[in-house]
Amino acid sequence: MRIARVVGNVIATIKHPALVGSKLLLVDEENPAGGTRGRPILALDTVDAGEGDRVLVVDEGNSAAQVLQRPRGPVRTLIVGVIDEVDPEPRA
Amino acid sequence: MQLGEVIGSVVCTRKVPVWEGQRLRLVQPLHEDGRALGRPVVALDVVSSAEGQRVFFVKGREAAQAIADPTNPADAAIVVLVDRIERADSGR
Repeated sequence: MRIARVVGNVIATIKHPALVGSKLLLVDEENPAGGTRGRPILALDTVDAGEGDRVLVVDEGNSAAQVLQRPRGPVRTLIVGVIDEVDPEPRA
Repeated sequence: MQLGEVIGSVVCTRKVPVWEGQRLRLVQPLHEDGRALGRPVVALDVVSSAEGQRVFFVKGREAAQAIADPTNPADAAIVVLVDRIERADSGR
């Protein structure tokens, strides 16, 4: 799992059936300096995260299928937690 | 899932039988600001993308899951056609 920030919202009418009905958010992994990497990726939101939230992101297909409780599909990136705090902070 | 732009099509008359009837597209991975990020990849297209379109594609083992028979050699698959991305902090 990685620590990331929700930096945007993706609107997509046409998508694979495995993604229909899911909220799609753009997340950018944090770097140790506390900023973000500037390489956002798309994640399915499973915890009602919102823009600006610091979140826990899993990027592996088997984990994704287990969280979504469905057979494996073309999905590997999920938001699985909204982070309250990290102690100690991973600062460089 | 990574952001990219469809920059072309790849046509193979002879290909693994499990890909019969499937489209293959050439996708340039992108930074969010539109700069190219690495080299283009060939991806299965299950959402009828068109050249010039912004898409998200899934890489790795999960890509093969985009079509009905997951025992195929795809390592990238387009799964989302982007209508628009709403940034939380559009100034960045």
